Amino acid sequence: MASLIGARVNRVEDPPLLRGERRFIDDIIVPDVLHAGFVRSPHPHATIRGVAKHAALALPGVHAILTLDDLAPVMAKRRMMRHSNSGTPLDRMWCFALADGEVSYVGEPIAIVIADSRYIAEDAAALVEIDYDLLPAVSDCRKAIESSSPAVRRELNTNTIATYKVNFGDPDSAFAKAAHVFHTDLWQHRGAGHPIEGRGILAEFHRGTDGLTVWASTQKAHDLFQSVTSLFDFDESNLRVITPEVGGGFGPKLCIYSEDIAVVAAARLLQRSIKWIEDRREHFTNAAQERDQYWSIDIAVSADAKVLGIRGNLIHDVGAFALQDVNIPFNSASMMSGPYIVPSLHMDVVVAATNKTPVSSIRGAGYPQAAFSMERMMDRVARELKLDRAEVRRRNLIPTEKMPYTKPLKARSGAAMQYDSGDYPASQAAVLKAVGWDDFPKRQAEARAQGRYIGIGLAHGIKGTGRGPFESGAVRISNTGKVTVFTGAANLGQGLRTVLAQIAASELGLRSEDITVVPGDTAGTALGLGAFASRQMVTAGNSVLLAARAVGEKAKKLASHLLEAAEHDLELKEGEVRVVGAPQLSIKLAELSRILKGAPGYGFPPGVDPGLDASVNWRTDALAYANACHAAEVEVDIETGAVRILNYVALQDSGVLINPMLVEGQVQGGIAHGIGNALFEWMGYDDAAQPVTTTFADYLLPTATEIPTMTTLFQETPSPLNPLGAKGAGEVSTIPTAAAVIGAIEDALQPFNVRIAQTPVPPHKLVELIHGRSDGPDH
Amino acid sequence: MTETRKVALTVNGKRYEAEAEVRLTLADFLRHTLGLTGTHLGCEHGVCGACTVLLDGQTARSCLMLAVQAEGHAITTVEGLAPSATELSPLQEAFRDNHGLQCGFCTPGMLTTLTEFLRDNPNPTEQEVRIAISGNLCRCTGYQNIVLAALDAAKRLQAAR
Repeated sequence: MASLIGARVNRVEDPPLLRGERRFIDDIIVPDVLHAGFVRSPHPHATIRGVAKHAALALPGVHAILTLDDLAPVMAKRRMMRHSNSGTPLDRMWCFALADGEVSYVGEPIAIVIADSRYIAEDAAALVEIDYDLLPAVSDCRKAIESSSPAVRRELNTNTIATYKVNFGDPDSAFAKAAHVFHTDLWQHRGAGHPIEGRGILAEFHRGTDGLTVWASTQKAHDLFQSVTSLFDFDESNLRVITPEVGGGFGPKLCIYSEDIAVVAAARLLQRSIKWIEDRREHFTNAAQERDQYWSIDIAVSADAKVLGIRGNLIHDVGAFALQDVNIPFNSASMMSGPYIVPSLHMDVVVAATNKTPVSSIRGAGYPQAAFSMERMMDRVARELKLDRAEVRRRNLIPTEKMPYTKPLKARSGAAMQYDSGDYPASQAAVLKAVGWDDFPKRQAEARAQGRYIGIGLAHGIKGTGRGPFESGAVRISNTGKVTVFTGAANLGQGLRTVLAQIAASELGLRSEDITVVPGDTAGTALGLGAFASRQMVTAGNSVLLAARAVGEKAKKLASHLLEAAEHDLELKEGEVRVVGAPQLSIKLAELSRILKGAPGYGFPPGVDPGLDASVNWRTDALAYANACHAAEVEVDIETGAVRILNYVALQDSGVLINPMLVEGQVQGGIAHGIGNALFEWMGYDDAAQPVTTTFADYLLPTATEIPTMTTLFQETPSPLNPLGAKGAGEVSTIPTAAAVIGAIEDALQPFNVRIAQTPVPPHKLVELIHGRSDGPDH
Repeated sequence: MTETRKVALTVNGKRYEAEAEVRLTLADFLRHTLGLTGTHLGCEHGVCGACTVLLDGQTARSCLMLAVQAEGHAITTVEGLAPSATELSPLQEAFRDNHGLQCGFCTPGMLTTLTEFLRDNPNPTEQEVRIAISGNLCRCTGYQNIVLAALDAAKRLQAAR
């Protein structure tokens, strides 16, 4: 059978999803389940003097109202201590399962209510009376780090959680010899993740063993497993975490949250099964956001527009708690130079706490901000030096012949930051041709003559994908011949089941529909890391490839004994091992599996191990660097500030594509997310740190009428770093989108000399800029 | 708050009668009382469209309706769109062939919305399709393949006529 690598195979996931038969977290049915709701703080900062439960407890159907003190007896630790791999001191930034006498953002859970139904739990939550002592709060991360600012929590001596430098080369001498220096201040806002399915968890209590099966809509089943075992000192054999169908991730579902731990604790305490399903308002106030970064940067360039150095600082809002290590601003500062040769850089990074919802990673994880900063400066240099914007980029792109190219920085793993492969100038050339870049000035002039303001923008992006150290992949053939793939990777809608089935089927001579893939189940694989950093095709894909290959070799080895043929004369086809050229000499995989399961006292042929299965945790420290080049053409209505995207061309190089149809889907979805970031998505807080956008009527996700038809182009530069030659895909296209769209808007508004220094840029801001009534970014 | 009424209605051609609290939403009634969990809840405030069902053939947000309001009506949910247990409808087939779904959570609302739309507009333009689904949020696909699927489904439905 021909290899399925590169085939546009329809997804195995689809038929049951299209029939409404797949089970998401709120569709899982277990007997005698109780439902949870949370009492949450309406204040951004307060101490709690008392919690009065009597009115709520009097409500029929309410079983318990529990605070942290109530849960403590079943927990090993009150605080959700995690390991800070970066070394950032975060001991006073980790969350509590429930508030420990103080709340430091609106929405922070104070008590968990357990009731017969979600309706009753929410009624009861509203009846719990909390006596607060209000404390001053800080909303703006720039103010938070001033010494006069109130502490976000009383335990914090300062709201400056971390400061560090990202630097290389000699920026001082670069600036001293520069022909031009340009300064830019940027406000970059990235909103929240907003999968259409919110979070949810179901702790199923097993009477008799006191064990738990935890079902969770998560990107990281094994992290949840490890968190529960350590926070509860729980016997590993008594816990299983299962990921049901997940209705999108985009970042927020990679964290372990207070609600997760509170639900598990309540289940242990009450010895009952308990389910909690997040509502959208809770997602707005409690699921991780990426929110605000403030950049102040200078760029030094030579007379011929070559970048000599970059200097600046970046303030990153991390919110009231850390949900995981604070890597996002490191990604932003370290990846700023993107696909360009930048000889020197010095960025001072400040991570600031505020009285707002905790910040973690949203699709792109700091990389979109890096690209926006760099690409805005590229546009600036072109404008100041009166050069074509594509030409300025070309002069600075890493040339093809310099690949692989080592940046003078180290990745988080300590490995050198080496771009493994790619052809950035060729990427750009293909995009310019497809979008009609060279003709655009003519089209723009014609449009202007008709009173229409159209513009074009261009942006490059780089993403380190396939973050290690590994992902698990196990392949098992049963004695019915059925093949199952187990992995710690998570299926969030990317089509993980389909692509891993394609890989395993290609190795075993089967069809993808013959393979069942079981992702995110801790009973399937003991180890796993899950979905983040566009990593699963590289990590899980290669583990499954190598595991399937090992299983195939094992099958051939046993078959060679049974068929009395040399292994190299055997092939895997249609569920059998066959002698090449003599298919009547064959043995079924089912039979081989039966033999390798063993029979009491009977032996195997020499050199064959038991079990027709293999488990591989393919290791990697290096990242596979995917790249993208985007061009956007827009029209701006100068009366209303409305932006219409007329044309969008996106090239992506994600290495060898396993299923190009699915990668196209990732590219398109990523662009839509980036368009949301560029034009619509704003998670607003007022000066008192009260959230002001907590419905989809206030926080605007892009809809079908705002997203254009996109042209997707691929380059396939294999990564030399992994057997598949693959690179990640999921986040790559989000990275340059805001820069391309906003560059296009600025180009359209040239006659008004408009300069855009923020994302998102809503219509009213554009109208202000057109009328010259704005003096910088909104925030 | 716990007053209940008997609700009798037809869902996907099947007659149901069940006791429902008067405040129970139609979505929760379908999902948890009748066990038809194909209808999904994304925002519970009427914006995202994931919970869209057909009420006597017209789209309705089941998160904004009470179960008791559905008394005597005929509901179609995503579970009722396929012609049989082994076949998909032309619209469902077109979603699969055009990769019109990723996580699949918004898909039930997209399918019910487009079922009504293609019935009323058998030969739509791309822009008409985009407007038709502009009340349904999808975070995964960027809508493009959903639009292609709808246009493809229109062709398939016309060919079948």
